[in-house]
Amino acid sequence: MLLIPCPWCGARNQIEFTYGGDATLKRPPPDAPQEAWYEFVYLRDNPCGPHDELWLHSAGCRRWFKVRRDTRTHDILASARPDQALPGGPT
Amino acid sequence: MRYSIFSLARNAATHHENWPLAWRSPEPKPAYDAIVVGGGGHGLATAYYLAKEHGISNVAVLEKGWLGGGNTGRNTTIVRSNYHLDPNEHFYEFSLKLWESLSQELNFNVMYSARGVLNLVHSPVDMDAALRRGNAMRLNGIDAEFLSRDEIAAWIPALDTSPSARFPILGGLLQPRGGTVRHDAVAWGYARAADARGVDIIQNCEVTGIRIENGAIAGVDTTRGSIATRKLGIAVAGNSSRLAAMAGIRLPIESHVLQAMVSEPIKPVLDTVVSSGAVHFYISQSDKGELVMGGDLDFYNSYAQRGNLPALEHVVAGCLALFPSFGRLRQLRSWGGIMDMTMDGSPIIAKLPVGGLTMTGGWCYGGFKATPASGWLHAYTMARGEPHPLNAAFTLERFAEGRMIDEKGAGPKPGAH
Repeated sequence: MLLIPCPWCGARNQIEFTYGGDATLKRPPPDAPQEAWYEFVYLRDNPCGPHDELWLHSAGCRRWFKVRRDTRTHDILASARPDQALPGGPT
Repeated sequence: MRYSIFSLARNAATHHENWPLAWRSPEPKPAYDAIVVGGGGHGLATAYYLAKEHGISNVAVLEKGWLGGGNTGRNTTIVRSNYHLDPNEHFYEFSLKLWESLSQELNFNVMYSARGVLNLVHSPVDMDAALRRGNAMRLNGIDAEFLSRDEIAAWIPALDTSPSARFPILGGLLQPRGGTVRHDAVAWGYARAADARGVDIIQNCEVTGIRIENGAIAGVDTTRGSIATRKLGIAVAGNSSRLAAMAGIRLPIESHVLQAMVSEPIKPVLDTVVSSGAVHFYISQSDKGELVMGGDLDFYNSYAQRGNLPALEHVVAGCLALFPSFGRLRQLRSWGGIMDMTMDGSPIIAKLPVGGLTMTGGWCYGGFKATPASGWLHAYTMARGEPHPLNAAFTLERFAEGRMIDEKGAGPKPGAH
């Protein structure tokens, strides 16, 4: 069972949350070349180790936030609001 | 040694103490004509077909752990070709045809059991989709039959087919030639057959780097030293992103954990494979008597080869909605495997943008049933430097070109396929 620390509600059971994927992706500007959109929509680093990801507290406060979680162990290392940086900068 | 009733009798006379090892465990040579990374079913099949179909037998299979210790040993052994889109139908049907004669091909009993795969239909929408898919299959020469609720009730008494069931059953789409195969035997059979054709199978040998010179493969670095080659095939689904990253390539893949479990063994109760897309659940009974079941991903990136309880609870809930009597069973064990989840739900069997580098991966939930065809087509692509018509659509470039093969129409959400 993952105990996920929502920045607003505190640590809660994983069944309250929806996974949102890689949090490091940056949406390109509308006039960006096709290549930039391809990378944004399809390509992922998919790291084995610490992974910065988005979660939605869908059965709670319904807000998105960032989590740093180790994909080898499922250990949750940190969480932060969307407008805050995770400690230690990007993975 | 060829396995037969005579070799069995001969070895019985000596109390089975003199069986030869099924394959050698040689030291890696400094160079090979081709190297396959990954000693699961796909990698071993690739090596076997390189030697058999293309005469390339100076081949090494590098495995970081032991043969079949990854997804080949972690799946639920189901084989079928009941897809909807043409590239998938032709590919998986080619695979199912290889399964049908694989025991004879490898001289190793892989226990292919054509017990049928039945997809349950619970609503008029399900019905339309199942009939459409069944008709698409039949147009492509693949066996598909629609069963009524009464036919299913007579065949599978353990299934709750009453109109008051939580998920009422309106019928089902059956592929009679679908079924199960003994998964470990697939790895061992291909390993033995590849070894007999001169392939070096090297276990406990993890690839740590890929050497590229002038835009082409020059070799690999491993935990057992550097090995030179001009042809490198990656068959490490679950870890494809990590291997591709060693060659500077990003893939349209996320790694997710998928769990499965078995109950304690019981007497025969279920002689087919039953699945329900509405409940997200599938089940079959192994020859040992265990009920083998699974369902959804855990739905977060993972390389951990184990999952969490909410996903298993969902599987059990689906099981009990369809088979109420199974509530008395105890779970014997559960496990997780790491899936390459692609952005359209279909695999990648293709050349990568480095000379001499190919991959077979991106299997999502469907890697086991693809094993023979994946190996056959990956070997073809490695040997010829170009894809076969059966894997021509499964390129890496299709994502940039907008040629997705998206069975579900779920869009670029890896967990949604």
